Amino acid sequence: MLQIATWKRVLIWSLCALGLILALPNGFYTRVEQHNDAVQAIALGEDTADMRTKVAQWPDWMPSSLVNLGLDLRGGAHLLAGVKVADVYVSRMEASWPEIRDALRPERGTIGTIRLQPSDPDNPAELRIRISEQAGMPRALEVVRGIAQPVQTLTGALETDIVARAEGDVIIVELSEAEKLASDERTVQQSLEIVRRRIDEVGTREPTIQRQGADRILIQVPGIGSAAELKEIIGTTAQLTFNPVVSRTSDANEAPGVGNNLVPSLDEPGLFYVIENAPVVTGEDLVDAQPSFDQNGRPAVNFRFNTTGARRFGDYTANNIGQPFAIVLDDEVVSAPVIQSHIPGGSGIITGQFSVEESTNLAILLRAGALPAELEFLEERTIGPELGQDSIDAGRIATMVAFAAVLVFMGLSYGLFGLFANVALIINISLIFGLLSLIGATLTLPGIAGIVLTVGMAVDANVLIFERIREELKSAKGPARAIELGYEKALSAILDANITTFITAVILFAMGSGPVRGFAITLGLGILTSVFTAIFVTRLMVVIWFERRKPRTIEV
Amino acid sequence: MRLRLVKQGTNFDFFKRWKVWLGISMFMMVLALVSFGLQGLNYGIDFRGGTTVRTQSAEPVDIGLYRDALTPLGLGDVSITEVFDPTFEADQNVAMIRIQAQEGQEAVTPETIREVQAALTAVVPDMTFPSVESVGPKVSGELIQTAAIAVLLAIGAVLIYIWLRFEWQFALGAVAALVHDVILTIGIFSELQIKFDLAIIAALLTIVGYSLNDTVVVFDRVRENLRKYKKKPLNEVLNISINETLSRTFMTSVTTLLALIALFVLGGDVIRGFVFAMIWGVIVGTYSSIFVASAILLYLGVKRDWSKPDANAGNQYANIDA
Repeated sequence: MLQIATWKRVLIWSLCALGLILALPNGFYTRVEQHNDAVQAIALGEDTADMRTKVAQWPDWMPSSLVNLGLDLRGGAHLLAGVKVADVYVSRMEASWPEIRDALRPERGTIGTIRLQPSDPDNPAELRIRISEQAGMPRALEVVRGIAQPVQTLTGALETDIVARAEGDVIIVELSEAEKLASDERTVQQSLEIVRRRIDEVGTREPTIQRQGADRILIQVPGIGSAAELKEIIGTTAQLTFNPVVSRTSDANEAPGVGNNLVPSLDEPGLFYVIENAPVVTGEDLVDAQPSFDQNGRPAVNFRFNTTGARRFGDYTANNIGQPFAIVLDDEVVSAPVIQSHIPGGSGIITGQFSVEESTNLAILLRAGALPAELEFLEERTIGPELGQDSIDAGRIATMVAFAAVLVFMGLSYGLFGLFANVALIINISLIFGLLSLIGATLTLPGIAGIVLTVGMAVDANVLIFERIREELKSAKGPARAIELGYEKALSAILDANITTFITAVILFAMGSGPVRGFAITLGLGILTSVFTAIFVTRLMVVIWFERRKPRTIEV
Repeated sequence: MRLRLVKQGTNFDFFKRWKVWLGISMFMMVLALVSFGLQGLNYGIDFRGGTTVRTQSAEPVDIGLYRDALTPLGLGDVSITEVFDPTFEADQNVAMIRIQAQEGQEAVTPETIREVQAALTAVVPDMTFPSVESVGPKVSGELIQTAAIAVLLAIGAVLIYIWLRFEWQFALGAVAALVHDVILTIGIFSELQIKFDLAIIAALLTIVGYSLNDTVVVFDRVRENLRKYKKKPLNEVLNISINETLSRTFMTSVTTLLALIALFVLGGDVIRGFVFAMIWGVIVGTYSSIFVASAILLYLGVKRDWSKPDANAGNQYANIDA
């Protein structure tokens, strides 16, 4: 017969109540959002009366998690950036040349003169070193391999970071595959960290910065005006180096010579510098950078090195008084002052024709650190806040109308049982919102469509049951038996039908991204909650009604 | 008095002309494929790369004016369409401008977007740009691949699930219906040249889910009736099953359509294509669960000995109880 144990009844009602309570904050979205922001601000020490009143807008003992609104609803910028991981190989190898040269020098007796060769344009991440005595090649390789450091690999196989091989009288040194993998990993992690630091420096709320796949970074910043703005902050590599200057020239096609590079001047068009590739100090050794002004009152950036950077910079300036050196930012020479004296303290100033804004930005970028590799933007979207608000409004109205239409239709079709289904439907929607808030899921525009679709489909399970009860009533088994059989026999159809739809929701979630994923989440949760409400909640309501009234006949 | 969409105890013969129905479905599918082959889909930037700029101004949209403003920039293929929506205010005139992916660039540079915006505000000073989206060819290539894999995976997973729960004939019938629905949806998108983007893939997968929902309900009844009427010919069993579930089929389709139509009319233009795909899918899916899935089942035949031990009460979840 129609019996449900008391503990089950309590459990079912508590789950519904829990869902309602969890969903409740979303009914007061702005208020709860202000409350949450204020709580956070106070935790950070910004304790003002204004904040206190905002906190008081929502009781502390109530849950305060909200459904996150996706960018398409809130407005903001979305960027997908690819990290050019291979960039790092080239600079790594360029930077290792002095070390290799110094290691080979003592062996000049056996290997003769050492000369860096221009690298193969197809494979710039190779160092090609020619030695004049080919007979000394085994010794030269031995020396180069001696510099190599072991790398940790997944397989545990012993590998070194660089590999060297001979090609005639040329030693070719490049990064090993294991080191390339490790380097890619580090590069992406580092880029992620630096992008995060830069966005935090600017101080926007709730940015999403995620790694996606092997070498991509997804950045979503709500509330920012445009993706272009965002790109200006994170798009600059801000690779700062201090390189020895070989010469100045106005010829853009001048051959810089091996191990050197021709870079343009930032301020003076048509002026180029030939600089040595291996830097004396890099931006990595910076500990601080602040916008300031030079002695002529023009905007500039003050910087300070850490101890190693300061020592190297000090040694270099001591040994090269009277020589120019170049301050190079992203392959452009910002300035190339002549070293007047030994600079021991490890601090200095970058001057150039900056505006105040540029010097402030540059200081931020230098402080946050340089990106290890260039970012390539693969996808960008800007959604204005008004469009998002329009979508929310439209979605809200559409959901209400859809909801009302379904409620009326169910009431007309199934009478009292239709009302039960309607109550279950309302519980169902709150459960979806409760779950969405609980797991901190993001609601997107397709997500709203998913909810609307759930409204339509959630009644399906009830329809299946009610139709089945109608059929069973025809075979005149008495109302209680008909209800029982109706639930029992409809169950396999309900489960099969919902499991298959759930499978597609899972696949959508796994394969999709962004808005599509939002849709998959609401669809999947909607299936779970609608099965729950149909086979437990409406059933409980029907049973309670039946126990109270004990009707001889029922009409479904 | 209750509202009844389908009167009680219907006894339509759905299989008198089942070959005709299958033939019509085949014909429609061929038509859809021909349309797809001839004019292809109107891919959005998600799938072919490029940039879309949404513009809004109080002045009426003048496509010729916009085009003249953009031509000097030399951006290649630029398409401009006006967007209409009942939810717009009177002074809300919206157009979508799509610019093709630029040669040798992953995403349109901020400079290009700035130039476009400057050129447009020069002719329409009060113009605003509620959204700007740009997808590079590298990502769009991957997106289309992932989307295709998702649809195939979904169909494959369903095939296996139904095969396990029913029999292979049921699985084939259900999948034939799914393929039918997907092809017809792609067909209508190609015929009407509605923008086909990532959201439509989500819609396609939902159609797969919905159509399946319908098919499985019918099949579940078929399985039950096969046990009940051991001697009846298959087409009669199928007919009984479809007639018995007909009321439910219509109820569910109508409630879902009610909800979707509300969204179609009031949900704004951004998701209209998406909702259209689902409405179409619900209609086609309902049709296909009867006239394709069941017809295929009839064509393939099915084993008649269902006296397995789990035949008790017709389900394997009898132990699930409230």
